[in-house]
Amino acid sequence: MNHSLEVKNLHVSIDGQAILKGFNLTVPKGEVHALMGPNGTGKSTLAKVMAGHEDYTVESGEVLLDGVNILGQEPDEISHAGLFLAFQYPMEIPGVSIANFIRAAKQARLPEGEEINAIEYYKDLYAKMDALKMDRKFTARSLNEGFSGGEKKRCEILQMAMLDPKYCVMDETDSGLDIDALRIVSEGVNHMRSEDRAFLVITHYQRLLDYIVPDVVHVMFDGRIVHSGDKELAKELEIKGYDWVKEAFATASA
Amino acid sequence: MSDTDLQDQAIQVDTEKGNFKYPENYEFDAGVGLTEDTIKYISDVKDDPDWVREFRLKALEVFQKKPMPTKWADKDLENIDFDKIRYYLSKGQQPARSWDDVPDDVKETFERLGIPEQERKFLAGVEAQFDSEASYSRMKEDLEKEGVIFVGSSEGLAKYPEIFKPYFGKVIPTADNKFSALNSAAFSGGSFIYVPKGVKLKQPLQAYFRINAENFGQFERTLIIADEDSEITYMEGCTAPKFETATLHSAVVELVALKNAKIQYITVQNWSSNVFNLVTKRGMADEGAEVKWIDCNIGSRLTMKYPGVVLKGKGARGEVLSIALANDGQHQDTGAKMMHLADNTTSNIISKSISIGKGRSTYRGQVHMPKHLKNCKNNTECDALLINTNSRTDTYPAITTRGQNNTVQHEASVSKVSAEQIFYMMQRGLSEGEAMSLAVNGFVNELMKAFPMEYSVELKRLIDMEMEGSVG
Ligand SMILES: Nc1ncnc2c1ncn2[C@@H]1O[C@H](COP(=O)(O)OP(=O)(O)OP(=O)(O)O)[C@@H](O)[C@H]1O
Ligand SMILES: [Mg+2]
Repeated sequence: MNHSLEVKNLHVSIDGQAILKGFNLTVPKGEVHALMGPNGTGKSTLAKVMAGHEDYTVESGEVLLDGVNILGQEPDEISHAGLFLAFQYPMEIPGVSIANFIRAAKQARLPEGEEINAIEYYKDLYAKMDALKMDRKFTARSLNEGFSGGEKKRCEILQMAMLDPKYCVMDETDSGLDIDALRIVSEGVNHMRSEDRAFLVITHYQRLLDYIVPDVVHVMFDGRIVHSGDKELAKELEIKGYDWVKEAFATASA
Repeated sequence: MSDTDLQDQAIQVDTEKGNFKYPENYEFDAGVGLTEDTIKYISDVKDDPDWVREFRLKALEVFQKKPMPTKWADKDLENIDFDKIRYYLSKGQQPARSWDDVPDDVKETFERLGIPEQERKFLAGVEAQFDSEASYSRMKEDLEKEGVIFVGSSEGLAKYPEIFKPYFGKVIPTADNKFSALNSAAFSGGSFIYVPKGVKLKQPLQAYFRINAENFGQFERTLIIADEDSEITYMEGCTAPKFETATLHSAVVELVALKNAKIQYITVQNWSSNVFNLVTKRGMADEGAEVKWIDCNIGSRLTMKYPGVVLKGKGARGEVLSIALANDGQHQDTGAKMMHLADNTTSNIISKSISIGKGRSTYRGQVHMPKHLKNCKNNTECDALLINTNSRTDTYPAITTRGQNNTVQHEASVSKVSAEQIFYMMQRGLSEGEAMSLAVNGFVNELMKAFPMEYSVELKRLIDMEMEGSVG
């Protein structure tokens, strides 16, 4: 079996407008890849298409989880297959507490008739909240409702840790986090790094990659990856900006 | 008839819990349509005293003269054909005191609905009505010793006229509306309850209304009198099999809370989607008394129901907490009425409606607070949740407050479960139905905390089923 998240020649449009234009990427298990690129190049689009969002039209291409194409599957099926998306903009769900929500999400993974063990569940939940330095009182609060930007992001990582996914896609998890939170959340992610898990970390800033050190850095521009390198590439971008990539890309495609 | 005999007969079972029926087999049948003879037949079968015979016939006249409601109404009302309905069907007038004495088909019906089990678990008494009459009625013996009366309406008016008669038809007069008149003419079944002074029931009494027959109208009539300083909780549930033809359910429920008494009346309405549910419910609260309606409407084709409280004595309190869920093809037209008639009276209305698909929900409120009163308070909150853009919701609060020392608070909100919220939840592994269910539960969560536990569990289950079913 192929142990990776693989995107092959993906073309995606919305309302007739092309956004992903032949996107290719392979993230093997055990690795962390960073995806960077100017605003509006299609990073979040990629993340949502992989998660099964129905608004986007897939013109061609494949997204393979361990060799199985997940395009066309329902979002919950993709989730069960092991893909987790930490959203750039997490939704608020009024009246549904964090504890109940995560519990329902875990319950949905169990076979029919099997019940989650409540005591084990809370033990696990509290341990992970403690690790992320989240106040235990948060469990009773409505999911993301009235949360600060940073609190929402922390809550995304809590869910990620609780649901134990194989493939983690994190869309700008660092934006909104203060300096301490950035470190704490990164530690949480590093703790999850393992041989049988892969991460695709979408970010604009090197500072996140100081903590979560990537194996590969990709630069995306106009709907596809135009340049890949090691962790030094992110540092280079931080200093030089994207202009040189754009120029190189323009010359290359001319 | 043995159990195997029953199984041999064609029992129509559906995935929905209440959607099954047994073959019709009635001893008493008033036939199709409504005339004086129909009413006389009902009176004869029931052996009504003269005052009740007259009461019924007068009510029939009122019903025939009164036009269909026009102000608070739905066009769908025009689709009720009163000439095609059967107004009385029963196997006999005497309810059994033991489930063993209930006819097999009826007993099986209630067993499938879980009634005997609930009775054992947490109820102080149960009345189970099958079409026009109660088949089973029983209350714990210690309550009987304390003087609590829990019987059907016919037994109540026959055996206890001195308590029954002074209150019957007083909280809701015959002419209140066309359907209260219809009920007053054709009423059968329902409960009569009297709780003596100072007696506080720790467990609820429950009535379960079951419609089994097609083209049928059920007109139960309930009167609950809580004497001074007494307390009672009453729960009612209902189901019917789904027929192609229209079924009519038109009840009248009158509550009387005397000085410092407390009545809590809980409804889980889960009629099948061919039932017109047109019900008049009102309570009267004397000095220091409290009447609380917890009213949840999940089923029916059209429900029109606006539980009310007449706050008659000083310091009386009234409350209506309601949840309505309108799925495709349903209209839940619900609300509340609060009539403040004395100083220091307070009322609270919290209404939550959920509209799904082409479902429609309407809130109609009426709060009346005349000028000469002092220190009266009303709080009204109505929140609507829309799931998908076709659903429709309307709010018509009519609050007439006068007087400088009275306060009224009114809040209304409309929110939507967006496709992005559903996507977010599905990304975490929930199915579309589970995601919608969770959003709906989140919406009613706060309010449900005010409900008794057994009841919230049942309600959650019904909501989950309804949401699972609404995913195409
Ligand atoms: N639902 C949508 N309807 C219309 N246009 C959309 C939609 N979603 C994305 N787009 C457009 O697709 C392009 C790519 O958007 P996307 O959110 O994927 O960018 P991004 O790389 O994540 O940007 P950022 O760094 O700002 O988060 C943008 O031009 C955006 O406006
Ligand atoms: Mg983005």
